[in-house]
Amino acid sequence: MTLRVSDLACARGPAQVLASVSFSVEAGEALILRGPNGAGKTTLLRTLAGLTPPITGTIAHEEDAIAYAGHADGLKAQLSVTENLTFWASIFGTDDITPALTAFDLQSLAERRAGELSAGQKRRLSLARLLVTGRPIWCLDEPTVSLDTENTARFAAAVEAHLAQGGAALIATHIDLGLANARTLDITPFIAKGLPASDPFADDPFVGALS
Amino acid sequence: MIGLLKRDLALAIRAGGGFGLSLAFFLIFTALVPFGVGPETGRLSEMAAGLLWLGALLACLLSLDRIFQLDWEDGTLDLLATSPLPLESVAALKALAHWLTTGLPLVAAAPVLGILLNLPGAAYPWLIASLFVGTPALSIIGTFGAALTVGIKRGGLLLSLLVLPLYVPTLLFGALAATRGAQGLDATTPLALTAGITLGAAALLPFAAAAALRVNLR
Repeated sequence: MTLRVSDLACARGPAQVLASVSFSVEAGEALILRGPNGAGKTTLLRTLAGLTPPITGTIAHEEDAIAYAGHADGLKAQLSVTENLTFWASIFGTDDITPALTAFDLQSLAERRAGELSAGQKRRLSLARLLVTGRPIWCLDEPTVSLDTENTARFAAAVEAHLAQGGAALIATHIDLGLANARTLDITPFIAKGLPASDPFADDPFVGALS
Repeated sequence: MIGLLKRDLALAIRAGGGFGLSLAFFLIFTALVPFGVGPETGRLSEMAAGLLWLGALLACLLSLDRIFQLDWEDGTLDLLATSPLPLESVAALKALAHWLTTGLPLVAAAPVLGILLNLPGAAYPWLIASLFVGTPALSIIGTFGAALTVGIKRGGLLLSLLVLPLYVPTLLFGALAATRGAQGLDATTPLALTAGITLGAAALLPFAAAAALRVNLR
């Protein structure tokens, strides 16, 4: 369940954002990513999740290990809470959504349509999705946005439970979750300052054909 | 895999899902044609097969930008891309769901609308057959276009411009099969060519759509 990142450089669009990022996360451990706005936390997490290919460097983990949760909740407003979770369970090949409902106290909302939930309730549902993925490494981007104190604690408890089962988590957040087995990684030193931006038209088929 | 198909079908028939919009467009288009062309039954009946094909094609085009755009906006596409389901399967299933909710109802409605345009009796089996084997190609090619334009705000017009030229072969052979059927001629060859386009598109375009999605999700 180890995630090892070495000498990673990642880009958002044409601009290189981070350079020479190296760290590793062991099973049962959480890594809190910190850094000012625009430092590249989201870019790093998207690269780890495989959405953006890295410029250089390696990301080593077991296959199909990463569950990603970004800024957007990824919910369908017309589907109920249960239907949303059941859909993701079927995609990830798991079938029991009850633990996910319980962990984020969603049982009473189970039949409510996601479109009728408050922002915090939507966030809880979105986080509950992580439990039905059954994947060991969670990559979470600002997971506590719009959560109140009680539900932030509930989320922290869910992460603790996940770590206790041998999972791992990378969390970009600005608040203190109070996790027992957590390290903090400040990504400010890795910001790719002064590095020449890669050719902005490198993957532009039109300009590429002209030059 | 079946989960994604079931979800897309459920979303299509729920409020705001857009099911029936294409069908209503097809109906209105067909009803408007006699106003534009004139009520002369001879002329209408000559053009009916081609017009029905054109109407079905435009109706299909209407709903293409929903294929990926909604999933992209609410973040579902990011999550699907990180799921065990390959993006190629996502594209193929999306095209199938689009055909089931758009193409298939159009095939079912076409014979009824044929009456409005005084379609010759001999043409009905050929019209239904050509639409049945041809509309899947429209959905698959459209899915590819939708994958290319996902993430572009109000990309619907650009999508139409990209997709319409790609629809030419399907329209050509599909409408030819129905027209030849109307004239009482053998229409097996254009029908087989329409089926060939569908099969070729189904074999290749999900891969192209997945590649386009990967670039757009970066």
